Amino acid sequence: MLFDYLPIIVLIIISTGLAGIAVLLGHLLGPRRPTLRKSVPYESGMRPIGPGARRMPVRFYLIAVLFILFDIEIIFFLPWAVVFKKLGLFGLVEMFIFIAILLVGYVYAWKKGALEWE
Amino acid sequence: MPNDLWLSIGAILPIIVLAVWACLLLLVDLFIPAQRKGWTASLAAVGLLITLAVILSRLGQSQSGFGGMVMVDNFANFLSILLLASGLAAIALSHDYLQRTGIERGEYYVLLLFSISGMMLMGMASDLIMVFLALELLSIPLYVLAGIAVPRLNSEEAAIKYFLLGAFASGFLVYGTALVYGASGSTSIAKIVQVIQAGQHNLTLLLAGAGLILVGLGFKVAVAPFHMWTPDVYQGAPSSVTAFMAVGAKAAGFAALLRIFVLAFPVVSLDMTPVLWSVAALTMILGNFVAIAQKNIKRLLAYSSIAHAGYILMALTPYGQSNVSADSVASALFYLVAYALTNFAAWAVVIALEQADERGLELSDYAGLGRKQPALAAAMTVAMLSFTGVPPTLGFVGKFFLFRTVIEGGFIGLALIGVLTSLVSAYYYLRVVVIMYMQEGEPVVRRDGWLYATAFVSSIGVVALSIFAGPLIALASRAILNLF
Amino acid sequence: MFFEEAVSSGPQFFNLVPWIVFFPVIGLLFNIFFGGRILERSRAGEKIVGGVASLAAGLSFLVSVLLAISLNGHPEGMVVPLADWINIGELNIRWAFQVDTLSVTMMLVVSGVGTLIHIYAIGYMHEDVRHNGDPGRFRRFFVFMNLFIAAMMILVSGDNYMMLFVGWEGVGLCSYLLIGFWYEKGKDGIGNALAAKKAMVTNRIGDFGFLLAAFTIFWTFGTFKFHAIFEKAPEVAVANPGALLFITICLLIGVTGKSAQLPLYVWLPDAMAGPTPVSALIHAATMVTAGVYLVARSAEIYVLVPTAQFWVTLVGSVTALFAATIAVGQFDIKKVLAYSTISQLGFMVAAVGMGAFVAGMFHLVTHAFFKALLFLSSGSVIQGLERGHHHVEHDPKLKKQLKGHAHDFDPQDMRNMGGLRERMKITYWVYLIGAIALAGIPPLAGFWSKDEILADASKEFSWAYTLLTLAAIFTAFYMTRQILMVFFGKARTPAAEHAEESPLVVTAPLMILAVLSFFGGLINLPFDGFHQFAHWLEHTLGEYAHPGEFILVVALLSTGLALVSLALGWWLYNPRRYEEFWAIPAARRPDDPLRSYIGPIYEALKNKYWVDELYWAVFLNPYIDLSRFLADVIDWRFWHDWFHDRVIMGGYNLLTRLLAIRIDLGGIDAAANGLAVLTQRVAERLRQVQTGYVRNYALSIFVGVVIILGYLLLR
Repeated sequence: MLFDYLPIIVLIIISTGLAGIAVLLGHLLGPRRPTLRKSVPYESGMRPIGPGARRMPVRFYLIAVLFILFDIEIIFFLPWAVVFKKLGLFGLVEMFIFIAILLVGYVYAWKKGALEWE
Repeated sequence: MPNDLWLSIGAILPIIVLAVWACLLLLVDLFIPAQRKGWTASLAAVGLLITLAVILSRLGQSQSGFGGMVMVDNFANFLSILLLASGLAAIALSHDYLQRTGIERGEYYVLLLFSISGMMLMGMASDLIMVFLALELLSIPLYVLAGIAVPRLNSEEAAIKYFLLGAFASGFLVYGTALVYGASGSTSIAKIVQVIQAGQHNLTLLLAGAGLILVGLGFKVAVAPFHMWTPDVYQGAPSSVTAFMAVGAKAAGFAALLRIFVLAFPVVSLDMTPVLWSVAALTMILGNFVAIAQKNIKRLLAYSSIAHAGYILMALTPYGQSNVSADSVASALFYLVAYALTNFAAWAVVIALEQADERGLELSDYAGLGRKQPALAAAMTVAMLSFTGVPPTLGFVGKFFLFRTVIEGGFIGLALIGVLTSLVSAYYYLRVVVIMYMQEGEPVVRRDGWLYATAFVSSIGVVALSIFAGPLIALASRAILNLF
Repeated sequence: MFFEEAVSSGPQFFNLVPWIVFFPVIGLLFNIFFGGRILERSRAGEKIVGGVASLAAGLSFLVSVLLAISLNGHPEGMVVPLADWINIGELNIRWAFQVDTLSVTMMLVVSGVGTLIHIYAIGYMHEDVRHNGDPGRFRRFFVFMNLFIAAMMILVSGDNYMMLFVGWEGVGLCSYLLIGFWYEKGKDGIGNALAAKKAMVTNRIGDFGFLLAAFTIFWTFGTFKFHAIFEKAPEVAVANPGALLFITICLLIGVTGKSAQLPLYVWLPDAMAGPTPVSALIHAATMVTAGVYLVARSAEIYVLVPTAQFWVTLVGSVTALFAATIAVGQFDIKKVLAYSTISQLGFMVAAVGMGAFVAGMFHLVTHAFFKALLFLSSGSVIQGLERGHHHVEHDPKLKKQLKGHAHDFDPQDMRNMGGLRERMKITYWVYLIGAIALAGIPPLAGFWSKDEILADASKEFSWAYTLLTLAAIFTAFYMTRQILMVFFGKARTPAAEHAEESPLVVTAPLMILAVLSFFGGLINLPFDGFHQFAHWLEHTLGEYAHPGEFILVVALLSTGLALVSLALGWWLYNPRRYEEFWAIPAARRPDDPLRSYIGPIYEALKNKYWVDELYWAVFLNPYIDLSRFLADVIDWRFWHDWFHDRVIMGGYNLLTRLLAIRIDLGGIDAAANGLAVLTQRVAERLRQVQTGYVRNYALSIFVGVVIILGYLLLR
C-alpha cells in the first residue's frame, strides 16, 4: 500500500536534491570577491537603515495575517479553475458560496478598520 | 445537481442554518452601536431557536450525508438539542455580565454560534476527518472567547495556554487519525468497521491510533493527565465563557469519543479498557482531591469539571461489551444533561456574585448568602447537591445510571472508586453550602433577571427532572448510534 | 375538552371530575399572582380575592353536583384516569379519579360546606385583618383555603391508596399552615406556631401508621388500586390473615391521627389557634373526617378482619365518651366545640368500625352541617364580642369600666359573655339550631344520624352502645351549658354588653347551614322508602350498606336522656341561678357552679385529665433529654469535636496535602520534570515559543501519551 506513495517520495527527493545541488554548485563554482557594498544585506537596492532585527509596528502583523488569510484562500481558485468545466454549474455555485464567505470576512475586516493604517 | 447532494445538505441543514445565521449576524453586528449589543445577543438567541426548531421538526429521522461523513441520528439530535439549549443558557448568563465587566463585544455571540455549530458537527461526525474539522471549528472560537476579556492579563494567558495546548492535543488527534487510516485504509467509521469485520486491519497501528484519538479528545473533555490546562483556563476566561465551555466542549468531546469507540473500536476494547479504566480512575481521584484545596470558586468548579469528566469516561469503559454499550451511550448522555443543568445553575450564581476585577470569587465571599439571598443560595445548594449526587437531584439519578452501567460491565472496582470519590467530593461541595448558610457575611449580589431565570430554571429542572426522570431516561436510551 | 366528550356520551359528566381539583388550583394561582396587586390597588380588593376563592370552591361544588346527577343515571360510577405518576417496574401509580357514590358524597360535603365557609370567611377575615393589621394575610388565607380544597378533593377522589395519601398529606400541610396562620401570635408569641407544630408532629405518628399500611398493602397485593385490592382481599384473608390484620390496624393508627381519636387526639383542641373558618372547615367538617372516609373506603378489607373492627369500634366509642366529658369542663367557646368534634368523630369511627358504614357516613354529612354551623356561629360570637370590646375601648366614658386590664380581654372565654341573645339575634337562633341538632333532639339532623348509629350499636355491640349513649348524655349537657353561658342571662363584661351582630356576608352562610342542619336528616330517614342515602351508598359499598332500622326504644331512650340532661343543665346554669353564682365575690367563687358538686372530678375535666401533661412526662421530656444527650455528647463532643474534626478532617487535610503537593506537584510534575531531561530538545523548542508553566502542561500530556502508547504497544 505504501508503494502508492512512492512518487511522492521520489518527488521530495528530487526537489530537495535539485535545490541543494543548485546552492551547492553556486557555492562551489561561483567566484567570491566580497566588497563592503556586496556584504551589506540586500534590501531591494536601497541602502539599509538600522539593524535588521528591530521592532516592527504591530500593524504589520495584522496586515500580514489578513494577507495570509485572503491570499491562501485565493489559492483555492487555482485548482478550481483547472477542473471548472468538469464541475459545471455545481462548481460555480460552490465557488460563489466560498466567495460569499470570504466576503463576509472582508466586510468585517473593512468595517472594523483593519485595512486602515491609522 | 445530484439528488444525494440535496439529501446531504438536508441532513446538515441545522448546522448550515446556524452557520449562515452567524455569518449574517457578524455583518449585522457591525451596524449595531456598542451600547446596544443586547440586540446582538437577542439575535444570536433567535438563531439558536430557529436551529432548534429545524431540528425539532425533523426528529426521529436518521440520515447520513456526504458519503457517510456525517450521520444525523437520534444521538446527534439529542446532543444538538442539549448544545443549543446550553447556548441559550450561555447567552442568558452573558449579556449582563459582559456589560458590567466592560467586555461586551458583538463578536462574542457570533463566536459562540460558530462554536456551537462545530459542536453540533462533532455529534454528527462519522468520519475521523470530520471529527477533526469539527474539533477545530468548535475550538478556535473557544480560544478567542477565553481571551475576550483582553486586556485582562489572566484572560489573555488563558487564551494563549488553551490555544497552544489545544493545538498540541489536536496534533495527537490527527496523528491518531493517520494511524487509523494506516491500519484500515479509511477514515470513515463505516468503512473502518467493514475492514475490521473482514479482518484486513493492522491491529498494532489501530491500537496506537485509538490511543492517540483518546488523547486528543481526552484533552478536550479534560481527563487526567491531559487536564492541567483546565484550572488556569477556567479561571482566566470570563465566567460566562467558562460555563459554556464546561458543558459544550465536554458534550462534543464525549460525543465523538462515544461514536468512534463504540462503533469503530470494539475490536481493541480488550486493550483499551485498562487504559480507559485507569484514566477514568485517575481523573476522578485527582479532580476530587485537588478540588478540596481550592479557595477560588472558579478553580473549584474547574476541578469539579475534571472530576465529572472522569465519571462520564467511566461509562465508556465497558464500551466493547455489546450488551452494555447501549447503556454506556445512554448513561453518558443522561449524565451530560445532568451536568449541563447543574453546571448552569452553579455558574449563574457564581456570575451573580462576581464583580469587576475578579472580586467576589473567593469561597469566603459566599458567606451569608443564605440569609441575604435565600433564593440564589437555594439554587446554589441544589447545584452543589446535584454535583455531589444527592437525591432528589439529577446528579443523583445520573450517577446512579452511570454506576449501574459500570457494574453491568463488570468493573465493580471502578464503580467503587466512583462512589468513594463522590463521597470525597461531598466535602468541598457541601463546604460551599455551609459557608452560604452558616457563616455571617455581606455578599454583594448582582440582580439580573436573565441570570436569576437561568439559576432557577436550571435548579428547578435539576430537581424536577430527577423526580420525573422517566422520559429523559427514555430519550437518552433511544439516542442510539447509527452506523449507516 | 372534557365537556365535549361528556356531551357526546349522553347525560354523564364523569370526565369533568379533574376540575374538582383544577378549579381550586386555578383560584389559588390567580390569587398568588394577582391577589397582592388587587388588594393593593382596588378598594374592593378583598371582595375580589375572597370572591375568586369562593368562586373556585363553588365551581368545584358545581362539578360535584354534576357528578352526582351523572351517578343517578350511571350509579356504578367510573374511574377517570388523568396521568401516570410513578412507573417503576411493577409499581404503577397513576392519578386517576374514583367517581362513585361514596367519593361523590365526600366531594359534595367538602365543596358545598367549603364554599359556604369561603363566603363566610370573606367577612370574617375582613374583621381579622382590621384587628391584626396585615392585608397580605388576606390573600394568603384564601390561597391556603383553596389549596386545602384541592388537597381534600385529591384525597377523596383518588382511585388508589397512594393518591389518597397524597391528599392526606396535602390536607395535613394545609392544616399546619392554617393552624399557624397567626404564627406570630399566641402565648409568648409562639403559641400558635407551637400548636401548628403539635398538629404536624402528632399527625406524623398517624401517617407513619398509614405508610406502614401502604407498604404492606403493596407487599401483599402488589398494587395500590382500590378495586384490585378489594377483589383480592378475600383470598388474602384466607391465605395471609396476619397481613390484613396488620394493614387494618396500621390504617387505624392513621385514622387516630387524622381524625383525632385516642390516643392521638391531643392536637385538635390546640388547633383552635387557627382562624375560626379554618376550625369549621378543616378541624370540624372535612379534614378530620378523612379517617372515617378511609375506613368506609376500606370497608371491604375491614369486614374481613373482625379483630380490627373491634379495635376501631373500641377506639371510637371510648373517644366519644372521653372527649364529651372533657367538653363539660371547658370555658373557651371553641375548645368546647373542639372536644365535641372529637367526641362526634368518635361516634363516626365507632359506626364504621362496627360495620355501620351508612350510619357513619350519614353522621359525617349531618355533622359537617351542624358542626360547621356551630363553629362559624362561634366565630360570629367572638367577633361580635371583639366589636363590642373595640367600641368600649374607643369610648372614653366606657373605657373606665375596663379597669385597666384591657389587654387581658379574652373574647373566646364564655365567662366574658352572657346575654348575647338580645344583641346578636341571628347568631343566637342559628347557634340554637346547631346545638339542638348536636344534642340529638328530634327532628333535627343530628338526631337521625346519631340515632342510626345507636340503633346499629344496640343490636350487636351493647358495650359500645352504652358508651355512646353516655357520650350523648354529656353532649346534651355541655351544649346546654354553652348556650346558657353565652346567650342567656345578663352581660358579664362591657364588651358583651356592647356586642354587635355580624354583617350579612357572615350570617347568610350561617342561615343556609342552619337550614341544612334542620332538615339534613331527610336524606336518610330510618323508615322504609326513605333510605335514599343507604341506597345511594349501596352502589359503592354493596352488601355492607344496610339501611338503618328505627328502634323505638333506642330512639325514645336517647331522646329522653338528652332531655333529662338538658333539664339538668338548665337547673345548674339557668340565668337566675348563674347570676347569683356570679354575684359571689371573685375570691370565694369557684370557676364553675358544677365544681361545688363534683369538685375533684371537675378539676380533672377542666384539665383534660392531664393527658397533655402525661404525654410530656412519659414521652416528650424523656425524648428531649435523649435528644439533648445525643446532640451534646454524642454528636457534638464525640462525633463533631473528636471524630469529624480530628479524624476525618485531619485525615482529609493530610491526604489532600499529600495529593496536591506530593502527587500532583511532586509526582506528576516531578515526573514531567524528570522526563524533561530526556526530552530536553523538545522542551527547549517549546520554551522558545512559550513561557511559564505551559511547558509542564504540555509535558504532562506528552507523558500521558507515552504511557498510554507504551502500554498499548508493549502490552
